[in-house]
Amino acid sequence: MADLDNQTPTGGNRIDEATGTSTVGHEWDGIEELNTPLPRWWLWTFYLTIVWALGYVILYPAWPMIDGATKGALGWSSRGQLEQELAADAKRRAPTVDAIAATDIVDLPAKPALMQAAVQGGGAAFRVHCVQCHGAGGAGLKKLYPSLTDDDWLWGGDLGSIHYTITNGIRNPDHPGTRTSQMPAFGRDGILEPAQIADAVSFVRVISRQEKPSPSSARGATVFETNCAVCHGAGGEGGRQVGAPKLTDAIWLYGGDRDSLTATINQPRNGVMPRWGERLDPVTIKMLATYVYSLGGGEKTPVAPTAKGQGADGQP
Amino acid sequence: MASPEDLTGAPASLYAARKGVYPKKVDGFFRRLKWAIMAVTLAIYYGTPWIRWDRGPYAPDQAVLVDLAHRRFYMFQIEIWPHEFYYVAGLLIMAGIGLFLVTSAVGRAWCGYACPQTVWTDLFQHVDRLIDGDRNAQLRLANGQWSIEKLAKRGLKYLVYLTVAFWTGGAWIMYFADAPTLTHDFWTGQAAPIAYGTVAVLTATTFVLGGFMREQVCIYMCPWPRIQTAMMDEKSLLVTYKDWRGEPRGSVKKGQAHPGTFGDCVDCNQCVAVCPTGIDIREGPQIGCITCALCIDACDGVMSQIGRPRGLIDYCTLDDAASEKAGGVAQPVRKTLMRPRTLLYLGVWSAIGAAMLFSLGQRTRLDLAVQHERSPLYVQLSDGHIRNTYTLKLRNMEARPRRVAVTVSGLPGAALWSETGSRGAAGDRIEVPLAPDSVTRVKLFVVAPGGGPARQDFTIAARALDRDPGGDSETIQFDQPEPGQ
Repeated sequence: MADLDNQTPTGGNRIDEATGTSTVGHEWDGIEELNTPLPRWWLWTFYLTIVWALGYVILYPAWPMIDGATKGALGWSSRGQLEQELAADAKRRAPTVDAIAATDIVDLPAKPALMQAAVQGGGAAFRVHCVQCHGAGGAGLKKLYPSLTDDDWLWGGDLGSIHYTITNGIRNPDHPGTRTSQMPAFGRDGILEPAQIADAVSFVRVISRQEKPSPSSARGATVFETNCAVCHGAGGEGGRQVGAPKLTDAIWLYGGDRDSLTATINQPRNGVMPRWGERLDPVTIKMLATYVYSLGGGEKTPVAPTAKGQGADGQP
Repeated sequence: MASPEDLTGAPASLYAARKGVYPKKVDGFFRRLKWAIMAVTLAIYYGTPWIRWDRGPYAPDQAVLVDLAHRRFYMFQIEIWPHEFYYVAGLLIMAGIGLFLVTSAVGRAWCGYACPQTVWTDLFQHVDRLIDGDRNAQLRLANGQWSIEKLAKRGLKYLVYLTVAFWTGGAWIMYFADAPTLTHDFWTGQAAPIAYGTVAVLTATTFVLGGFMREQVCIYMCPWPRIQTAMMDEKSLLVTYKDWRGEPRGSVKKGQAHPGTFGDCVDCNQCVAVCPTGIDIREGPQIGCITCALCIDACDGVMSQIGRPRGLIDYCTLDDAASEKAGGVAQPVRKTLMRPRTLLYLGVWSAIGAAMLFSLGQRTRLDLAVQHERSPLYVQLSDGHIRNTYTLKLRNMEARPRRVAVTVSGLPGAALWSETGSRGAAGDRIEVPLAPDSVTRVKLFVVAPGGGPARQDFTIAARALDRDPGGDSETIQFDQPEPGQ
């Protein structure tokens, strides 16, 4: 290092009087730098870090090559570690998943711990497969997708009905089990005159307590009885066998104002939902059903299993 | 490389090996003080985890316990939960201001007496004296050839180092789990890997830092001496060699009295020989001086022998040093310690302490935190009512099971139920059982008639249904669609 020191402009080093240490020859505004040696352990620590780094390069993937990096003597990779952790997690969850698989879905609420696990698993699956249409919290989207959080259900809100809907989908072509029905396009196909449609709208707004009775609504009652009551019920109470919405409540998927109702009768929308039974495994679907059930609108299982999809009209 | 003749004096190497420090045994007031502080601090460190404290059947009975697994911190009667971590922050602030206070009043007393590095270095140096003998014997052994004796002494010494280091690491883990159980598990191989890892790391660091690095930690590694300089002033106590009294130095034969023809310093080098960091205090204040005052003890001993007044090396402020040099006298110690700066630090330190104690006394042991479900913000029900969903976090911070009632107020016509209930059975309150010493999450559904303002504040309250009247409440919003939507 003396060579380097001798290259300094001052041309040499002197001994600092106060400390007895030589200076390195650098000077800034009269401030000089002492050439104090580093403690030797510092040097050894430095060597140790080099040894550590060498060992690391040998043991772990480190050296970039044309097609990837060196593998490392331990064969470790972050992807491999993830796979291990996923496998370990699957193994950890296996007893719970098996128990859910072995339990009939209507019996799940009676087993709180299992139900809770199912709801959690269903929530995770919901966030992957369902939020695109039904929203992060199941709130749906007005005029497009139904809310899953309220107490109004087109096809039934008990565990069995939800499970069936998720498995088989709605108006899912080429599948015999799918839930299906069709509201006729009364306006577009010329089944009803525009005046008749206006009257029917008045009647529907009266039974949903949005309007006071009027001559128009009185005429509409007749139109309704002839054309609508077969699906929506004589009083507009809806019919879950065919997914006909209840017309007397405050919840309107496609809107309850005059314009929206007129548009719906003119040209109904008949929404569809995919059939998840062919995409997801049975346990996931079961968990999804419990999650949707838990969002706040779940209904009790109907007492008579023969009346599937019907009944249980009481408040949740 | 520069030749030995090169008068520019460039060092032969960029790196310097450590110069051994072999402090001599000394006795005196400060040495005894150091023994006492070492005994107290080590006793606190090793003994605290073994103190038991009855907290009832649902909480651990260890007086001081950092329960990371369950996120609790127990300190005698005080129990800290994660959301109360500001108490720990407060303690750290108090520790910081405490250091300002101590440093401005008595200089580097922390370094000299209480710093773990000092305490353990002192302990290891005592081990050296026990096995190798005092300073001269240690020097002889260090400079001598390798022999059976040297090998045996070194082996024994390092074994004792390792034992001390192991106990140090072993005591540390006891603060993080039930000490008797952990001791049993540790020796039967059932303790958690982290326990063995921690002991191994702390054993290694204690062995290296206390056994070998010693004063190098203070001089090269520790940031504290650099920071301390900024906190001291001319009224802080320093270990000072009174050169106006000591110089010029002379020499006196053993057993003789000082002739009085030269300064009091007889150049006996005792102050250097006893220094645990190997410095010469007569060269003035320096970073290596931890103000442990062993040189004061040594010098006072010599002064007594040669019949000169004690205090040639003494605790002294820079102001006092200046006034003594000018022929005056030092201020009384009381005045040195009690001055506006130290009193200010003391005031701030006590105020924070008092505020924390007050807050500890005031805190409730039933805590409620409410989170409004944002997605969806509200749900319209088929009868026109609006439902909002809230997640309640109920913290029962007492070590016994309790029941609480949750009610709402300020929301006309409201009814509530939880996920275990249903709207059919909704009422004006729900009751929740709380497990001891735990957090319970409850999903709360609140329903109210629609048509109100789009955003309305109301209050959710949790009240304990037992003899303790304490409770907690939180004001939160109830959302619904804008009228006309």
